[in-house]
Amino acid sequence: MVRSAIVAFALAVGFAGSAAAQHAGELEPANNNIANTASLQRGAKYFVNYCMGCHSAKYVRYNRLGEDLQLSNQQLMDSLMFTGERPFDTMSIAMKPEDSKRWFSISPPDLSLIARSRGTDYIYTYLHSFYVDPSRPTGVNNVLLPNTSMPHVLWQLQGIQRAVFETDEHGVKEFAGFEMVRPGELEERAYDDVVRDIVNFLDYIGEPMKRERQQLGVRVIGFLLVFLLISYMLKKEIWKDVK
Amino acid sequence: MASTEADVFDRLGRGLSALGAWIDDRFPMTKLIKEHATEYYASKNFNFWYGFGVIATFVLVLQLVTGIFLTMNYKPSAAEAFASVEYIMRDVEWGWLIRYLHSTGASAFFIVVYLHMFRGLLYGSYKKPRELVWIIGMFIYLALMAEAFFGYLLPWGNMSYWGAQVIVSLFGAVPGIGPDLAEWIRGDFYISDITLNRFFAFHVIAVPLMLVLLVVVHIMALHEVGSNNPDGVEIKEHKGPDGKPIDGVAFHPYHTSKDLVIIVIFLIAFAAVVFFAPDMGGYFLEHANFEPADVLRTPEHIAPVWYFTPFYAILRAVPNKLVGVALMGSAVLLLFLFPWLDRCRVKSIRYRSFGYKVALMIFAMTFVTLGYLGLQPATGMVPTLSLVFTIVYFAFFLMLPFYTRSEKTKPVPTRVKW
Repeated sequence: MVRSAIVAFALAVGFAGSAAAQHAGELEPANNNIANTASLQRGAKYFVNYCMGCHSAKYVRYNRLGEDLQLSNQQLMDSLMFTGERPFDTMSIAMKPEDSKRWFSISPPDLSLIARSRGTDYIYTYLHSFYVDPSRPTGVNNVLLPNTSMPHVLWQLQGIQRAVFETDEHGVKEFAGFEMVRPGELEERAYDDVVRDIVNFLDYIGEPMKRERQQLGVRVIGFLLVFLLISYMLKKEIWKDVK
Repeated sequence: MASTEADVFDRLGRGLSALGAWIDDRFPMTKLIKEHATEYYASKNFNFWYGFGVIATFVLVLQLVTGIFLTMNYKPSAAEAFASVEYIMRDVEWGWLIRYLHSTGASAFFIVVYLHMFRGLLYGSYKKPRELVWIIGMFIYLALMAEAFFGYLLPWGNMSYWGAQVIVSLFGAVPGIGPDLAEWIRGDFYISDITLNRFFAFHVIAVPLMLVLLVVVHIMALHEVGSNNPDGVEIKEHKGPDGKPIDGVAFHPYHTSKDLVIIVIFLIAFAAVVFFAPDMGGYFLEHANFEPADVLRTPEHIAPVWYFTPFYAILRAVPNKLVGVALMGSAVLLLFLFPWLDRCRVKSIRYRSFGYKVALMIFAMTFVTLGYLGLQPATGMVPTLSLVFTIVYFAFFLMLPFYTRSEKTKPVPTRVKW
């Protein structure tokens, strides 16, 4: 107990934030738009096909997706639900955490809230930052998250790229850029769009009520402005005799 | 037929006043309404600084009501807490709104209370005869900090977990009994399900009960001595022939109608955050708290929520943990002593010396700067600056009794000005 308390304290006081500064380079802006339903529908498709083998989104219900993404139950069943789920089920996966921990060294995190904890730009950049590295068990490494356990599941779409590192005068290895080794099925711009759709979907599932919240906010503030006028007139009327 | 209608209202009116008389024979209803509303006189020249008291009361009610509804769906268990918050956000009807009102309300409470306290400093509202109003208010502030600290663990996010770990471990710095004390608070060797359960109990019943009682006592003490005003003039000293203070107006309907406007203005700002920026860029809801608590993985940068960071910066300013904890504790406790450290008899900043105006502004800016420094990782210039501003913070209090004793003040008017 004492040790864990000291560790926690030391982390908070001494070394806090030193890890944050280690990411090479800036994050690329995702520029996604959760109002774009077509993009969300494509994102859902990519998510189910490429991500959900390992990652769950266990707080997200299929029927809620259907409502928000304008998909009928039939469309949901045909294109997003492949293993006999019911529409009110959540997007959970069959892989057990004990197994995945053995296979990948860490259990792939649930992605329901990844856009809120990491940010959309982080995911967008992460999915662009894989490079070939034969020393890793998956054959790839990631510039943004070095020694990531995740394989590059989108490699067929993006192609295979190499990372170029330069050594500066202090002997520190700096990331300098990517070089495409073998092009994938998609042009660079088309791959960006696929990643943007995935990020958009993750942004949406992070907070499914976001658009409803903003729309309601406009009406609430509109009402309050009118009520402000009325309450101000009442105050003026009551205070008119006070000198 | 018209007479019949008037008849009905007449009888209804007579019935109601009979009911009122019946109650008044048994409970001081009319007396209380008169004492605290219709015949409680407060100065007519309150400026916007005087709005934060009523806003704080409003936010307290908001937190109590939204808290009740959150409790209906929240599960205080390490296995289920995080998921139950997401259940509230996604599956409970209007759950997201209730949760955002509550989480934004927590930060709003502190903003409002800090401004309310600063109003007290500006106009000398802590001075005789209002010392107890100030002291009780400080106890409310302590209870509020406890309430916020216990509540912050409940979502069981990773920042909740490690934040609680860091703060509870501070008790470990107490000489002799420290480690046992920290263990006693946690009820376990580390922050666990047991800790979560007891923090839940404190957050939903023990501390709120204390808060409500303290607020009642705070208002009772205030109404006994009467409200201060921006001129620091005692309005009770100038009464009209009817025995009412000439510069005062009745709390109801005058101040209540003004407070309604104030609350609507507050609600507009509040709604802007709730509906358009509930995370407030990671300051009201921290990014790392969207990951469930993980005993084995600390967030990259542990910092308390913004409202604790001025004191957190003082804690970190010295490399010795025990000294840091002692400094942090005395930084809060010194505020209790304000009525006696400030020895100037003039209340309002309007009539105090230029030197004191500058000192108070430096103090306010120091508090804000320490808050900023407490949010930053302790690298680069941050530790040095924290130490510098910690010294300024304490210097303000320690020098206060000396230069306020013979302060050159301006003449104070006998009646309030607008």
